Order: sequence, then structure tokens, then C-alpha cells
Amino acid sequence: MTQARTARQAQHASHSEPAATEGELWLGMYRQMVTIRLFEEQVNDLYKTARMPGLAHLYSGEEAVAVGVCAALRRDDYITSTHRGHGHCLAKGAAVDRMFAELLGKEAGYCKGKGGSMHIADQDTGNLGANAIVGGSAGIATGAAFSSKMRGADQVAVCFFGDGALGQGIVYEVMNMASLWKLPVIYVCENNLYNEYTHYSETTAGGLTARAQAFGIPAEEVDGQDVRAVYAATSAMVERARLGEGPSFLLCNTYRYYGHHVGDIQRAYYRSKEEEEHWKTERDPITLLGGWLTEQGIADAAALDQMTQEARAEVEAAVDFALNAPFPDASEVDQDVYA
Amino acid sequence: MSTPSTTLNQTESARVRELTLAQAIREALAEELRRDATVYVMGEDVAEAGTPFKVLSGLVEEFGPQRIIDSPISEVGITGIGVGAAMTGMRPVVDIMFGDFIGLIMDQLANQAAKIHYMSGGKLQAPLVVRTTLGATRRSAAQHSQSLHAWVSHIPGLKVALPSTPYDAKGLLKSAIRDDNPVVIFEDKMMYTLKGPVPEEEYTIPFGVADIKRVGTDITLVATSSMVQVALAAAETLEQLGISAEVIDPRTMVPLDTAALVASARKTSRAIVIDEGYQRFGVTAEMAAVIADGAFYDLDAPVKRLGAMDVPIPFSPVLEDQTVPTPTAVIELAKTLCGRV
Repeated sequence: MTQARTARQAQHASHSEPAATEGELWLGMYRQMVTIRLFEEQVNDLYKTARMPGLAHLYSGEEAVAVGVCAALRRDDYITSTHRGHGHCLAKGAAVDRMFAELLGKEAGYCKGKGGSMHIADQDTGNLGANAIVGGSAGIATGAAFSSKMRGADQVAVCFFGDGALGQGIVYEVMNMASLWKLPVIYVCENNLYNEYTHYSETTAGGLTARAQAFGIPAEEVDGQDVRAVYAATSAMVERARLGEGPSFLLCNTYRYYGHHVGDIQRAYYRSKEEEEHWKTERDPITLLGGWLTEQGIADAAALDQMTQEARAEVEAAVDFALNAPFPDASEVDQDVYA
Repeated sequence: MSTPSTTLNQTESARVRELTLAQAIREALAEELRRDATVYVMGEDVAEAGTPFKVLSGLVEEFGPQRIIDSPISEVGITGIGVGAAMTGMRPVVDIMFGDFIGLIMDQLANQAAKIHYMSGGKLQAPLVVRTTLGATRRSAAQHSQSLHAWVSHIPGLKVALPSTPYDAKGLLKSAIRDDNPVVIFEDKMMYTLKGPVPEEEYTIPFGVADIKRVGTDITLVATSSMVQVALAAAETLEQLGISAEVIDPRTMVPLDTAALVASARKTSRAIVIDEGYQRFGVTAEMAAVIADGAFYDLDAPVKRLGAMDVPIPFSPVLEDQTVPTPTAVIELAKTLCGRV
């Protein structure tokens, strides 16, 4: 399937949004990946300067997965996310200012400061929530797909999870049912090579895509640093899901630039600096797309730099907004326990 | 506080049938399935088999396999799917065959369903119902006999219902399905064939409203689920001994009608809390603390508890029968508290 054809299909599917040219589509993905990268750099800085409570799991290096997948979705399609979820939330349409506000525990945050980094949910963009239990959202995503089918809607659900979730039983229980009942769900496995601090090869027997194939779920493995490849594969899976043909499994090979969380800075015992440098210099998703855009004549270096500066200004303004935003009133503590 | 006896007296002339607990539950589900297209039932052998207890027999014939859905043996999977479906517009009723299996679904209940409304700042909700069982003495041994409602009563965000009669089972289940929060409803598997009056007219029972099953003046017997019958049997005998026992059933653990428990204990000045869950750290402790706190100056004796013995439920009948509170145990304790020993 050619990139152009899948791009047109996505435009056709995104009937609620104005049609973009193919070039605009790739430029939009570039801008979104840059925004996520800059967002995470700010999060790291907020944490290191003790202005952010708690902890955060940064998505830097994996941007092409969230952006390529979400670009193939409609606004009313569902996603579920993970503890490393900032990229998914932003790619699905969350605003940077309310994201930062949530990370800082502010009233203006997506969850009024009650969720924090690992629990951002935004029903307006179909985001059913990041989840701090590894594999914990597999049921929710599959249930959203089940609900879509029951209601006669054509919404698709995407379940993002990492290589670590392949160790969790619920993932296999719901994949079995999704296949049995032809549910419109796409399981997107982001293999960033590490289950926290342990290489996945030490925890994961057998083939990764073979797991889905055992349930009769078509599985595809793509270069998770190539946003165009992620987008193309997802678009075909979305089309299949909307046609009622059932679930798919997308394995995206990617890499986590930072540690498991912001405090994980001594990483030599589980991976080498050389390995990290290799991914950053040779396999960076933003550099790869930028190179392709200039080669194709869709944008020149100056235009890409201009986009980066705009994104930087937006992110910095959002941080200022969040830092200056008020905390929730103390009386909020026992509100929203029950609906 | 509403009392079903009052309600039933008012409607007695207007068609009251005797239904078993199982029939009352089935009727509640059928009415809600008819009323609301977003309601569905999912579980192991819920369709043609109608569950091993035959509680759901006939539902698939009326509502079809699209809404009465046989699942694989995947408790956590069907509960997780229920959470996601509930978050996106459905009202799932997930059937967990034995209460002992809630260990398998605990993450989806306690970390997902219970917390999504709060964690999302009040934006998302999970109107999920989990139906499951409690109760020993079925000779089903340690993994099919426990009463584990204390586990879920501990978690903020969940509601927990414990019906003790066919009337309460129907009204509480209908309320559970209409509730916008996750609800776990425990049915005593030994009471599915128990009969009781159920009006033909539609009704619901609000959560958090205790019911006085028997009025008395000398001692309060707070009893849940299976233990309501035990308490009522004990009260009969106590009456002959000149002790007037009041039997009060909280009907829901969460929310708990603390005011009703305290009011009854203040009136009688003595209280025993009886429940089939393990006594140690069980719901009896919570209710006893509520009474001790709220009725302290009116009590003539310490608040006492009777729960299941803190042992795995044994298989052998002579052993198993020792583990559950009996009318005799209630009578002996009540006599002691009333100074009749």
C-alpha cells in the first residue's frame, strides 16, 4: 500500500476535519512529534528543578508511534494509554497547557489535578485514560471496542501498551475475546526494549507477533521510528476494524531515550551509552521524518526550524500557564469519589 | 427508613407473588434489559446454561446471545471489558460465578472501575455491575465458599450490596444497574431457592437504607445477607426467653446506613453484628465500630461480633458447619449480653 493512498484514506475517514494535502499531513505529524519532544524536555526540567511533584515516565524517542497511530484515528475514536502516556494524550488531541497543569496538580489540569502524569484522561478527544497498571487498560480498550460494536457505532479503539505488558495475563484474555467477537480494537505494542530496567529478551519467551497470531489476530511489525510506516500500517488496521473485520496487532520497534522514569539516570547496569547514542543519532524519528520532508521538497530546513520554534513557544507558554495556575481547593479532596 | 413489610402491606391486594431469590434476580435483570438497551449480561455459562445455579435461565431466549453473552473462562478479561464498555455508554452486568473468584478481577475492580471517576476529575464514569456469590455450607470447600465482600467494601469508589430476601434482591439489583458507579452485589448461593413475597409492580430499593426485619427492644442484631435468616431464627428463640431482639439488615455495605445502626443500638442498648465473612478485619468490625462510636453513652454492654471462623472453609461437613455463625451462637451471645446466663 502506498503512503499516498493511505493518506487519502485517512483524510476520507476524518470527515469531521478539513481535508489536508498529503504534505500538510506529514508536516502536521512533524509538528506533533516536535511538540511531544519539547513537552517531555520541559517535564524533565520541571522535575529536576523540583517544581513538579511525583514522578514521570518520558516518551522521548517513541514519538513516531503515538503520532503515526493517532493520525490514522478520528477524534471520536478511543485510545487507552500507559504510565508513559504523555505522547499518546498529546497526539490524540490534548492541549499542552492543560497537560502541564495536570502534571503539576493544578485545578486547570485535565483531571483537576486528581490524576497526575499517569492518569490523564480526556473524553473530548476519546482518551479513556493513561493507566499506571501495566496492561491494566487492555480490558478498557477492548471494552470500548465491544461497546462501539454493541451500539452500532463505527468507532475504533486503540490500546497502547509496552513490551512489559506482554507479561500480563489480561492482555491475552481480551485478545482472545476481541478475535472471537471481531471487535474493532488495535493492540499497539511499543517495544522500547526495556521492561523498566530489564531487557525484554530476559522476560519474554517466543515471538512477539506470534502471541496475537495465536488468537487469529493479524499482526504486523514496523519500524516504530518511521512515522510514515506506523501511519500506513495503522490506517490499514483502522480500515479493517471499521469494516467489522476485527482486531489487529501492531508491533512498533522503538526506543526510550530517558530512563524508566525521570529519576532513572544511572542506566549503565542495564544498557550502554553507546546504544543510547546510536538510537539518538541514527534512529531519531523527528530527524528521520525531517530528512524525508526536505528530500521530497515538502519543506526546507528553515521551514522545519520555524515549526520547531513555534512549538517551543507554545510549550513554554503552557509551562508558564501551569506554573501560575491555582491548585485545586482543599475541599476537592472528597469530591468525585462517586458519580 | 423504608420497611418492605410496610410496602408489601400497602400492595398486598395489588398482586404480590412468592418468588425465589433466583426468580427475583432474573426478573430484575429482565426488567432492566427490557427498559434499557445499553444493559447486557456477560459471564461464563450465562446464556443457554443459565449459570450453574440456573439463576439466569430463560434470559437468552428473550434477549438473545448478543445481550446474554457466554464468555470464555476469563474473569479478569470480562470484567475489564465491562469497565471499558461502561465507560463508553453501556451498563454491563458481569457474572462472576463464585465470590471466591473476585481475587482474579480485583485489579479491574479496585484500580480501574473504582478509581476512573475520581482520577479523571469526575469526567468519566463506570456504571458496571458485578454479580457474584457468597456463603458456605454447600460442601464446596475452600475456593467456592468464601464471603469476601469486605475486600471490596474497603475500596473507595465501589458500592457493595448484600440482599437477604427475594424482595431486597430484586430492588437492590435494579438500583445497582441504574447506578452510575461500579457496584458489586453478593448473592448467598444457599438462598437461591428461598421464597419470599415480591410485588408485581415495579420498585427499586435505594442504596444506603437499612431495613428493620424484626422490631425489638432489648438487643440489636445487625445481620447481613445469609445471616439475616440466622438472626431471625435466633430472635424467635430469644423471644421465648423473654428477650426482645431487633434484627436490622443494612442491605448495602457501601453506602452504609450508619444512622439506622446507631439508632437501633441506642434504643436497645446492646448490639451483636453478624456476618458470614471472616471475622478478622471483616465488615463486622466496621459496623461494630460505627455503633460503638455513635451509641457509646447508651450501651449497656460492649458491641459483639460474630463472623466466619478465620480458617479456610473446610470440606468435611462436620468441620464446615462449625465455621459459620449459627442461631445457637447468636442466642448464647445475646443471653450473655442481656445478663441471662
